[in-house]
Amino acid sequence: MRGGGRMGWNLVRLWTLFVYLFMFMPVAVVVLLSFNASQFGSFPMTGFSFRWFIELAQNEAILRAFRTSIVLGLLTSAISTTLGVLASLALVRYRVPGSNMISTFLIAPILVPEVVLAVALLLFLNFLGINKSFTLLLFGHVIFTLPFVILVVQARLVGIKRDVEEAAMSLGASPVQTFFQITLPLMLPAVLAGALFAFTISFDDITGTLFWKPGGVETVPTQIFAMLRNSISPEINALGTVMIIMTVGLPLLGVAIARRLATKSGG
Amino acid sequence: MSAVTLNNIVKRFGDFTAVHRSSLEIAEGAFVTLLGPSGCGKTTNLRMIAGLLDPTEGEILIGGRRVNDVPIHKRNLGLVFQNYALFPHKTVAENVAFGLKYRDVPASEIPGRVQDALDLVQLPDVGERYPKALSGGQQQRIALARAIVIEPDVLLLDEPLSALDANLREDMRVELKRIQERIGVTTIFVTHDQSEALAMSDQIVVMSDGRVEQVGEPEEVYNTPASEFVANFLGASNILDAECSGRTGGKLSLDAPIFGDLSIPAEKAPNLGGAGRAKLVIRAEKLVLSATPAPEGTVSVPATVETVDYQGQAVRYFVRAGETQLQAINMIDEHPFAAGAQVHLHLRPQDCAALPG
Repeated sequence: MRGGGRMGWNLVRLWTLFVYLFMFMPVAVVVLLSFNASQFGSFPMTGFSFRWFIELAQNEAILRAFRTSIVLGLLTSAISTTLGVLASLALVRYRVPGSNMISTFLIAPILVPEVVLAVALLLFLNFLGINKSFTLLLFGHVIFTLPFVILVVQARLVGIKRDVEEAAMSLGASPVQTFFQITLPLMLPAVLAGALFAFTISFDDITGTLFWKPGGVETVPTQIFAMLRNSISPEINALGTVMIIMTVGLPLLGVAIARRLATKSGG
Repeated sequence: MSAVTLNNIVKRFGDFTAVHRSSLEIAEGAFVTLLGPSGCGKTTNLRMIAGLLDPTEGEILIGGRRVNDVPIHKRNLGLVFQNYALFPHKTVAENVAFGLKYRDVPASEIPGRVQDALDLVQLPDVGERYPKALSGGQQQRIALARAIVIEPDVLLLDEPLSALDANLREDMRVELKRIQERIGVTTIFVTHDQSEALAMSDQIVVMSDGRVEQVGEPEEVYNTPASEFVANFLGASNILDAECSGRTGGKLSLDAPIFGDLSIPAEKAPNLGGAGRAKLVIRAEKLVLSATPAPEGTVSVPATVETVDYQGQAVRYFVRAGETQLQAINMIDEHPFAAGAQVHLHLRPQDCAALPG
């Protein structure tokens, strides 16, 4: 029985290993090949080189896409976080009529398939006679990053006792002063996490972006998509590596900062 | 002039009435306790005084000024909560200094006043620490320091001792009373714990179901309960249906089951008009079990011990006299009586109180 159990566990471990390999091998291959000296973005590797990163840095189209993505990501993040914090405050701290429905409504974009959301917004704007624009693209990104911000911030806000805010007010702080002195610092880790979520989700979104972007504007994912139509250039591997560093590294950095803040405040 | 006045206050939440029309005057410098079981409206009252809730009807005056429309941050009150509610991201000194920042206190005076407050609560050396590094009792002292450093007009305490363990609670009780007497601030204390209320208060306001049952000094409330609820809530009482046959001089004659005719002082039954149905209130500790019949002047009734609830220095008996079960709490002299023992119940008539039937 015992020996059989151990055997079983070993099989489970092996299986887990395979799953991980299946998940991460492609990513590892991309990173590995981005340092390949060869002309072609595939094996065998002929040597170690940064040439594709250098070419990447000199490719005007990609740099433009990068700038677009970063501006879009930062704006999305700023707007989503502001709206998300305000919505969470309203939903958690005040008795809003129909707050459950509003909450579901705000979270819904996560549940609706992105394609449906993308087409719906596009048709809606067509109906209103509004053309595709960068603002529309930004608006779309805000819609589907907002739920993440709200979920994260709401969870934290529920954990901040109302008593603490009431104590601050009894000591003479106005509601606004109480928010900036007490509530905001206490929920800062969640606000930062929400902002990072919003940024990374916006940064690597492709479905919605393809529908909403105006002609001539490319974000990094749509740029990669466009490049793939011609050929698989090793530049794409390098670009993939940069994307991985950004989308994995940023949240990790965020978590580290949040932990830091949380320990200091006694979270 | 009273420090706090509640004038015909009513508080309704939708269809539910949390506080029925009630009025209350709290004297300057007094320590007043709102006592009652949970849901009796005591915290609702406190929160209305604090400005955290708006009364549905009536007016609230603090220092003679109507404050109904004054928001909490302009009322100059000290508020202490059950769970301390310290700011976790600020040091102890920053916590205590918080209220001073919103007052006309020169920045140079703040450290001195913070230190004075910390000295007063006997925690002079913790200013640099964060609240989570302190024990519950220490955190509550800091919360108190934070509330009194601003020299509030009224100090509001919402079950401040409930989160502490039993021994610490009694220490803090003495400490809190000492600090209150020292600074002389008008204090409103909310608790469900009758021993806290009796030990600390100048006045107790007993509440039940959103109504004020009785207002009085601890001894008065304890010895002369104004209602059956008060008699049962403060300590343990036996309440028997009785018949009042009238008043002679300063005495009321009552005919009660088991004990027969009793002549009790009129001031022990202030609400009882005269002849008619009445309720006899006998405190459990006034009913003394004895192996021998009573001396002259004391009523004595035979009874059987049914249950013995041993509590160390005291013992609680449930006894049966005739058809009636009574409870008695006695100090233990050598050994307690055993279940089944035949005893005499001794009762001095002047220890009884009576209510209208």
